[in-house]
Amino acid sequence: MAGLELLSDQGYRVDGRRAGELRKIQARMGVFAQADGSAYIEQGNTKALAVVYGPHEIRGSRARALPDRALVNCQYSSATFSTGERKRRPHGDRKSCEMGLQLRQTFEAAVLTQLHPRSQIDIYVQVLQADGGTYAACVNAATLAVLDAGIPMRDFVCACSAGFVDGTALADLSHVEEAAGGPQLALALLPSSGQIALLEMDARLHEDHLEQVLEAAAHAARDVHTLLDRVVRQHVQEASILLGD
Amino acid sequence: MAMEMRLPVARKPLSESLGRETKKHLVVPGDTITTDTGFMRGHGTYMGEEKLIASVAGSVERVNKLVCVKALKTRYHGEVGDIVVGRITERRRSAKDELAMRGFLQEGDLISAEVQAVFSDGAVSLHTRSLKYGKLGQGVLVQVSPSLVKRQKTHFHDLPCGASVILGNNGFIWIYPTPEHKEEDAGGFTANLEPVSLADREVISRLRNCIISLATQRMLLYDTSILYCYEASLPHQIKDILKPEIMEEIVMETRQRLLEQEG
Repeated sequence: MAGLELLSDQGYRVDGRRAGELRKIQARMGVFAQADGSAYIEQGNTKALAVVYGPHEIRGSRARALPDRALVNCQYSSATFSTGERKRRPHGDRKSCEMGLQLRQTFEAAVLTQLHPRSQIDIYVQVLQADGGTYAACVNAATLAVLDAGIPMRDFVCACSAGFVDGTALADLSHVEEAAGGPQLALALLPSSGQIALLEMDARLHEDHLEQVLEAAAHAARDVHTLLDRVVRQHVQEASILLGD
Repeated sequence: MAMEMRLPVARKPLSESLGRETKKHLVVPGDTITTDTGFMRGHGTYMGEEKLIASVAGSVERVNKLVCVKALKTRYHGEVGDIVVGRITERRRSAKDELAMRGFLQEGDLISAEVQAVFSDGAVSLHTRSLKYGKLGQGVLVQVSPSLVKRQKTHFHDLPCGASVILGNNGFIWIYPTPEHKEEDAGGFTANLEPVSLADREVISRLRNCIISLATQRMLLYDTSILYCYEASLPHQIKDILKPEIMEEIVMETRQRLLEQEG
């Protein structure tokens, strides 16, 4: 859109946030009783649902079973009503396959797969409303779902997107900011150790700016961790009280 | 046919009404449990840079030198000596096996068994070498989360209300009419197919709804809690037990009775 100012002179973005400010995050664990683990997250207007099944026996060909660790299988799907224009193919198209692959890479780094040899862990993520930062919302929702299922993980996996406009790094991009065409980076982090599970960018960014953008994304991911940590602790506390003894 | 409809209502957290605090040490993955290297690490933990770190979200359990984290909700992990209830889905097709077992256990049968051994990849081997295990006949199966079944000395209970339950450690609960006399020589492989009386069926249905209410409210399942819940549900009709308000009322009463009993 011509004339759209992504960052005003006073330092405000299109939706009134500051450069490093995150959108409002709300999350809930255990939304489905029938799945092993499930979670729902809202980051601003982006809504994602994650469901985890496993660890269970390998479905399909037994030959795919890995003798020393579990297979992580991720599927990404975005609802036909999730974007402004109705989407024709909810899953199976190139973007969904690529997202699924990225999610798999991310979670293979975090889940302790050696504890479940010859099994399979399925993670299904569904985006209900896409307003930017869909990869981050999916990772965050999937982390909560994996925790809900009781599958052992090294640490939380917290993700956030970041961009670069007018010499300033912006954290947690909305759809308007993503569509403007500037560089965007998606980062998935293991907060306690600071290790990066996945870093993805497919745009052109001068290498001098990379560190600044990366730092903004990492800072935002740690903020996400604080929030998710609180959600999980509350959930565990409530369940512990109910269980009694 | 009468139908009941409800409008959506915001759920309030269940634990608020209890007003208790938990005394347990709760952790989430990435939390350091202890930096003391003298401890042995159990399930739900891993060693990272001389610290013991939690890998699941749950409560820390310390037994002497062993530290483990019990996750809130997990799939069933077999341990030797556990009782499990399950359905035969697949069996080895060897000639010797066919001759020996075909007459007793077929695919699709529901059985109760004991865990004999656990393999390193998590698979378990079961045995039905005692007369109390074997094929299950008429009754009702309820599936709940394995973490809700309390570990006890015995998992076979004859409840005074007129039915019996088997609380499988894997979360499968079998409710069946109490047999009048213990069959000595039948073993565990013939199913009793005589018709079950209406009174027995009502007791079993009520027990099934009570167990589902307890599981929905995340309460530990054992013979006393199931019995108290059954008694608390008597004033209500069997089909009303699953309604949210009545479920809450019944489980609240059960909780209070259990608290009075221990305190």
